[in-house]
Amino acid sequence: MLAQQLINGVLLGSTYALFALGFTLMFGVLKVVNLTYGFYFSAGAFFALHMTKQWGWPIWAALPAAALASGVVAVVLDWLLLTRLRRINAPELASLMVTLGAVLALYAGMTTWLGPDIRRLPAGVLGGEALVLGDLRITEAQILILLATVILVGGLLALMRLTPIGLALRAMAEKPDAAGLMGIDTAKLAALVSLVCGGLAGAGGVLIGLNFNAIQPYMGEAMMLRGFVVIIIGGLGDVKGALIAGLLLGVVETLTAGYIDSGLKEAVAFVMLVAVLWTRPAGLFGRAHIQRA
Amino acid sequence: MMPVWLDDFLWTYQNVVYALGINGLLALSMYVVLAVGQLSLGQAAFMGMGAYASALLTLKLHLPFAVVLPAATIPPVLFALAIGTPTLRLSGVYLAIATIGLGEVLRAVYLNVDALGGALGISGIPERAGMVSIYGLLIAALAILWLVARSGIGRAMEAMREDEIAAAVMGVNVQRYRLGALLASAVLAGAAGALSAHVSSFIGPNEYGFEPAVTILSYALLGGISSPFAPVAGAWILTLLPEALRGFADLRLVFNGLIIVVVVLFLPNGLLPLRMRRWVK
Amino acid sequence: MSLLEITALTVRFAGLVAVDAVDLTVDAGSIHALIGPNGAGKTTTFNLITGLIAPTSGTIRLDGVDITALPAFRRAGFGMARSFQNIRIFAGLTVLENVLTGLHAGLTSNLLDVVLRLPGFRRQERDAVARARAALEIVGLAARADDAATALAYGDQRRLEIARAIVARPRLLLLDEPAAGMNPAETEALAALVRRIRDAGTTVLLVEHDMGFVMGIADRVTVLNFGRRIADGAPAAVRRDPAVITAYLGAKVAARLEAAG
Repeated sequence: MLAQQLINGVLLGSTYALFALGFTLMFGVLKVVNLTYGFYFSAGAFFALHMTKQWGWPIWAALPAAALASGVVAVVLDWLLLTRLRRINAPELASLMVTLGAVLALYAGMTTWLGPDIRRLPAGVLGGEALVLGDLRITEAQILILLATVILVGGLLALMRLTPIGLALRAMAEKPDAAGLMGIDTAKLAALVSLVCGGLAGAGGVLIGLNFNAIQPYMGEAMMLRGFVVIIIGGLGDVKGALIAGLLLGVVETLTAGYIDSGLKEAVAFVMLVAVLWTRPAGLFGRAHIQRA
Repeated sequence: MMPVWLDDFLWTYQNVVYALGINGLLALSMYVVLAVGQLSLGQAAFMGMGAYASALLTLKLHLPFAVVLPAATIPPVLFALAIGTPTLRLSGVYLAIATIGLGEVLRAVYLNVDALGGALGISGIPERAGMVSIYGLLIAALAILWLVARSGIGRAMEAMREDEIAAAVMGVNVQRYRLGALLASAVLAGAAGALSAHVSSFIGPNEYGFEPAVTILSYALLGGISSPFAPVAGAWILTLLPEALRGFADLRLVFNGLIIVVVVLFLPNGLLPLRMRRWVK
Repeated sequence: MSLLEITALTVRFAGLVAVDAVDLTVDAGSIHALIGPNGAGKTTTFNLITGLIAPTSGTIRLDGVDITALPAFRRAGFGMARSFQNIRIFAGLTVLENVLTGLHAGLTSNLLDVVLRLPGFRRQERDAVARARAALEIVGLAARADDAATALAYGDQRRLEIARAIVARPRLLLLDEPAAGMNPAETEALAALVRRIRDAGTTVLLVEHDMGFVMGIADRVTVLNFGRRIADGAPAAVRRDPAVITAYLGAKVAARLEAAG
């Protein structure tokens, strides 16, 4: 029924937006296409899994802890893989390739270590209760997703717009060299961005793991496709674009699954991507890197 | 005709020898794209399209393989056009991103469309390909690419790879070369898919996704792209090496991924210092 | 007779007008200099002429033909060539191969010719190599033809860029700061080279900061400042133009010079 589908779509879309936000931020501020981002997503889910299963933590504690853990992983990986490339001002494709290789190694390594089976968060980590408003049904998981997304996105926007750190980040995004000359410690800020973005991805992983009740090592990879679509539709590096495009994708996907065929969800994202490339590659708010050679 | 020992050897290690040929073709399909300074990650997806198309053409339409092989390259070429054309004028990141997801998208399609066999894939494909077709195509491709590399076209490609702006000012139609390379890569990978489908009697939806796409990149990065032979050498090393590690499929992937990281960070010319002899007249 | 005719050429980048309604006429067979303080828009003008940037308005005519909308890679075929401010030779190629890339627009062999090594292709390659060697001869690098381009000293790399630009016998050659980083002896040799190129039939438009070089070699000088043309004419006249002096040295100095007569 339409309203229910729309609600589901918006909630799904908000996780897409959350995911894409970190990715687009990394592109905007760090000038890298960081494909290991998908791994942080999986890592977050697995951290939360461990915390709730082995340590018996409640979800509202596991979520931020897992996000933090993912953030730390992100800082380490960014330092290992990307500092050298940033220092020599390597082209974007170089960071794309390095992170692509790294993420394959990471996913495969995780699969070797933990096995490829789909796991589930322990039953009862969230009650089966649902909020019922007339014909609409919103589960506890969905409420948590909505709250978490609003808090995280709101917090990120507040950081960017209202704090001096946010100003420094925006300066770095616009003119990295000038920012360095102004006394901004770009190395420390890069680490901060990695922490925040890794945390966002990790949180997203937990939330999607909750939403679909399925966690497996390669789950980040499936999200990456959505991530790409969202950041291209929203515009590379644009935060509000990522938000709007994420919601849009979530809604379109859910409606397609509901009314046409649930097996074609991936195809929806991809078709949207190609359509945008053909019509408006800069996306809703971005400035595409168009060359005139 | 063939010495007995060679005959025995080939019969025992047939699959490995086939794999060397097919991976060589895949490495070349990555080479042509990298040679013009682009990054496309659609080779595995193109291979899958070629495999499925060829299987259907053989099993449903009963066409002879000589028709099936070229016909199977048509779907990949069409997809390459659909993705490549709009990204011609955009920065290379767009093409890379657009092609990464292609394999996974198609995996979902293969799984969900019954005519394509769903999760069970397509089986019972007759063995219509063999040493001759696989290595014949590989050798032909190597010869053509080698001849092209040693010509004005090859110089234009290398110029483009280094400095697109300067190359354009010299008169190189950068966009046409990019699209041409992408289409060539689709043909090579699609053919590799058709050949591979017709030597292993079965193809499945999970064979053409993210992992093989990145693995193909590792072939070309390991070998470098100084000449068409280099990425093929990279493919052969990476195909043979893990034969010793067989049974550790995921470790092989870890290894491939690490190769890419190491090469990009420390060895931009690839591991193998094969340099094409400069031609002098 | 004018070879290159630029009318009201303007380009705007997000609020900044880099080139502002510039008119420029380059006569065939002349050496024409484009000068101005740093940031005046000289290299931007070059980029507009060679098609690397699209103008916001205005027209560019080469030998009477409107090439404003022509993509960059087609302008080489129209007889236009250039060298770059920051040397852009192809590091992976040899000296000879670098010059050969300058002939790309004229190499008409298609894929089939190349793969089958048809006689037409082979002849073209032979001719191309001969012409490339001749161009290297003109700039004095013939002996280094088979060296890696990166093995050349800075001054030689500049000459290599020039060889690459003249090998296709362009009608119009644009040189972007060809004398940059050269000592007086090298600059003298460069001036002689540019004159030889002009005498062979190529019109030269150059951007330079070295005033001695420019005044000694140019038939005509155009001065840009803040994207606008502020003077145009014979070198001696331009050098005394108060607007030009103001642009380079400031109003005070200009006034003092004026007062001194």
